[in-house]
Amino acid sequence: MSTLVALARAQALAAGRAQPITTVRHLHVHDRPLVLIPLAMAGEANAPLAAMAGSAPDQPRLLVVSQPRNRDERFAFFAALAEAVVPYLDSFAGVTEAVPVDRGRDVRHRFVDAPQVWVPNPGGVDFLRLLGRSTRFRRTDGDFPVPASVPRLGQWLTFLASTAEVPGSSLLVNAVQALGGHWATGQSAAEDAHLGSLFAWITEGAAAAREAENGPVAGPATDPSFDNEVLAPLITAADPALTGVLSDLLTPTWERMWKSIELLRGRPAGARVGARWDSDRDAYSAYVEHLIEDGSPQPRRDGAVAAAARLQRLENAAARYAVQRAFDDPLVMAEHRLTGAAFGAVVTLAKADRIDDSGKRPVLRPRIMVATTETVRVEPGANLTSPARPSQKAKVISVTPGPAGTDVVLELSGGMGRKLVAEPGSVPEVGEQLLLTTLSEAYRPGAAFPDPADTPWTHGGPPGSSAEADEQEGDVVGAARGGVDQAAAQLFRG
Amino acid sequence: MSQVDRLRGSAPGKRHNARTVAALTANPGCTRRAVLDAAGVDKVRLAERIGFPGAFGQSRFALARGNAFEAMLKADDCALLRSTLGAYVGGYEDLGADEDDTLSARHTRTRALLRSGAEGLLDHPLLTLDVAGQTVFLEPDLIAYQNGSQLQVVEIKSFAIIDGQADGTAVSAAAVQAAVYVLALRRLLGDERVSHDVVLVCPENFSLQPVAVVLDVRKQLSTLKRQLSRLESVSSLIESLPASLSFDLAQPVDALVTSLDALTARYAPECLSACEMSVFCRDEAAGRTEVLGRPVREALGGIETVDEVLALASGVREPKPDQAEAAALLRAAQRLRDEAL
Repeated sequence: MSTLVALARAQALAAGRAQPITTVRHLHVHDRPLVLIPLAMAGEANAPLAAMAGSAPDQPRLLVVSQPRNRDERFAFFAALAEAVVPYLDSFAGVTEAVPVDRGRDVRHRFVDAPQVWVPNPGGVDFLRLLGRSTRFRRTDGDFPVPASVPRLGQWLTFLASTAEVPGSSLLVNAVQALGGHWATGQSAAEDAHLGSLFAWITEGAAAAREAENGPVAGPATDPSFDNEVLAPLITAADPALTGVLSDLLTPTWERMWKSIELLRGRPAGARVGARWDSDRDAYSAYVEHLIEDGSPQPRRDGAVAAAARLQRLENAAARYAVQRAFDDPLVMAEHRLTGAAFGAVVTLAKADRIDDSGKRPVLRPRIMVATTETVRVEPGANLTSPARPSQKAKVISVTPGPAGTDVVLELSGGMGRKLVAEPGSVPEVGEQLLLTTLSEAYRPGAAFPDPADTPWTHGGPPGSSAEADEQEGDVVGAARGGVDQAAAQLFRG
Repeated sequence: MSQVDRLRGSAPGKRHNARTVAALTANPGCTRRAVLDAAGVDKVRLAERIGFPGAFGQSRFALARGNAFEAMLKADDCALLRSTLGAYVGGYEDLGADEDDTLSARHTRTRALLRSGAEGLLDHPLLTLDVAGQTVFLEPDLIAYQNGSQLQVVEIKSFAIIDGQADGTAVSAAAVQAAVYVLALRRLLGDERVSHDVVLVCPENFSLQPVAVVLDVRKQLSTLKRQLSRLESVSSLIESLPASLSFDLAQPVDALVTSLDALTARYAPECLSACEMSVFCRDEAAGRTEVLGRPVREALGGIETVDEVLALASGVREPKPDQAEAAALLRAAQRLRDEAL
C-alpha cells in the first residue's frame, strides 16, 4: 500500500465518496463482454447452484440446479453452461491479421478480437478454475458420457482462469479488482471484496455502501442465513419457486456488473492498454490453435520445468505491468516519485552536440543537467528513462545535493537518430520539465530452462518417472505416516 | 460469586473451543474480546441486543456435508478412518456427547485413558487449557490417535483437497485449531508424548473419498504459546474492574454499551470475519485510520485519526515532533495527488 493510495482512502473516508487513484483506465474494456455470475452450493466441493450469464445487459440467462446433489442435474447444468459460454468464446476465432515476426522476415496470424469474460470477484475466478478442473477431464464415452461441449467448457475455463493470473491480462476480469484498481474507498480492502459495497462507494457514497453490505452477495458463496432460511426449504420441497428466488438474488449483481463495465468504459484508456490487449489476443489465438491441433486438456499440475517457466512469465508480466501503468498514468507515477524511484525536474543546462570520441568510433552523447526539489534516490551509473522519450537512456553522471534542491547530470544515448547530430526535439532543452525514473520498459530476456526430459532429480526428475507415479497413485496410508511434507507445503500454498 | 460470574450475569457461560482460543490469539491486543471470552459472555446475543448483529452462522448444507463425511469415516468401528490413517490396531472409544454436567467425569476419564498409553483411537477427549489465567474446558472435536509412543491429533474437516491443494484460509484455520489441541494434550501428558505433526483428514477432489495429509504445526504452536502468555494479565484486569460492570443481557441497552465502553477494543477489519462484536467495534472506531486496515494505517505513518491525517497532509496542522517524518511524506503525497489530478 503506497502512501498515495492510503491518502486517497483517508480522503474517501472524509468525503464519504470513493476517490480516483488513476487518471486513465488500465484495462481493456470489450464492446461485447460476457458477464458470468456463478453461485456455489455451500459445503460441496465446487458444486454449482446457479449461474447467470450473457453478453447483453437485457438478456441474462439463468441456469439453476434445483437438486444440487443430483449428479444428472449437475451435468445438465454443465452442458447448459457450455451452451451459454462456449459459442461466445468460439465466436472470435474468425478474422485474422498478420503480425510481422523475426524483424519482419516472417509473419504469424492472430485473431483481430478475443473474448472478455467478467465475473464479480476473485472468488468467481477461483470457482471457474475449479469448475474447469472438474469438467475438462470428463469423457464423452464410457459409463457416464457427457456432451463434447462439457470438456471443451472445462478447457476454456481453465485457460481463462490461468490468464487471470497474468498481471495486466483482460481476458477474464473480476469487477472487484477492476474497480478497486481505479478508485480508493473509505473502507478496508476486506470490505471492498463485497462488490455491492465497493460499487456503492463509487456511485452513491458511504451510506449506500453500508446499506449494500446487507444486500445480496455477489457469490460464489451464498449467505448462510439465506441457505438455512430460504434455500433449504425450497430445495427440500422441490419448489418451482427456486428459480425466481435465485433470479432475484442474482439480478442486482447482474445490473451492477454491467454498470461497472459502463463506468470503466467511460474513462479514457491508457496508452499501453492496447498493446496488452494484443498480447491477450495472442494468447487466445494460440489456445484456439492448440484446441484445433492437439486438443488435450491442461494437466492437473504443471511439471517442474513448465511451472518454473510459467512463474518467470508471470514475474515478467507483473514487472512490465507495473512499469506500463506508471508510464501511462501520472498519478501512478506519483507513487514512484514519492519513494524516490522517479522525480520531476527542470533542465538547467544542455549540451546537445557533445560527442564521445574515446572509443573506436565517435558517438553522440549529449549531456544535460537537471534540478529538482524532490527526493532523489539514484546513484551515479544508474540508467534512467523518461516516459516522454521511452527509447532514450539517461545515465547518471553525478548527483549533487544543494541547499535548494539536487542537481543531476545525465548523459543521453539512443532515440536521437543515427547521425552525429541529434534529431530536432530529441534532446531536452533548457527550461523543459522532465520526469525521470529508474523504471524501465526494456525487454527482459527469459531464463533458459532445461528440457522437461532433463528435469533434475532435485525437482522430481523427468515427468512420468517413478516418484511422480507414486504420488499419482495417492498412497493415503503413506500420507498419514509423514513423508508427504510436500503435500502439506502445497496445501499452504493453495 | 466470582467477578467473572458477575460480569456474565444470569446467562450460562459459553465454553471455549479451539476456534475461540484461535480467534483470541489472532488479536491478542484486544482487551474487550479477552474479557468477554474469559467471562463466557454470549457475544452473538450481546451484539444483537445492542443493535449490531453480525452475520455469523454456518450453512446447514455445509454442516450436513461435514456430518455425513464424519459419519462415513466412523461407521463400522471407524473402518474407513482406520484405512485412511493406517491405524488398524487398537480400540476406538468415544467419550461422548458434549454436555455440561458430565464435564469433570469426562475429563477424568480422558486423562486416565490418555495416560494409560494404550494404542487406539480416542474420540472427543475432553481437554483443559489455561487461558488468561483461567482453566477452561475445550469443546472437543478431535480424535487422539495413540500410535506407539506418541499421540497424534487427527482432525476431520470437510473442505476438499483438490490435486493436492486446498483453500489456504481453511487449512491455516485447521492448523491453528489443531495446534490448540496439541498444546492442551502436551500440558496434560508432557511435550515428548504428543507429536507436532497433526493429521488432517479431508475429502479428496470432487468425491467424498477421504485423504490424509500431515501438517507440521510447530510454527502455530509457538505463536499460540507466546500469545497465551500475553493473555495471562487478563485475569488480574478482570479483578480490577469495578463491581458495577456487567454484561447481563437482562440490562437495558445503555448500561450494556457503557460496560462495553469500559473495555478497550482493538479493532481491525480482520475482526469482521472472526469476532461477533466486530460490527459494534467498527462503528465505534469510525473516523480512525484503523478502519482502513493495518497496511493503510502503516502507510499513513500510524497517525490515529483521518482528520489528523488530512490536516497534516494539507499543512493546516503543525506535526508533533514524532509525526514530523510522517507529515512530510503526507504533504508530499498530497502535493503529487493535486498535481496529477
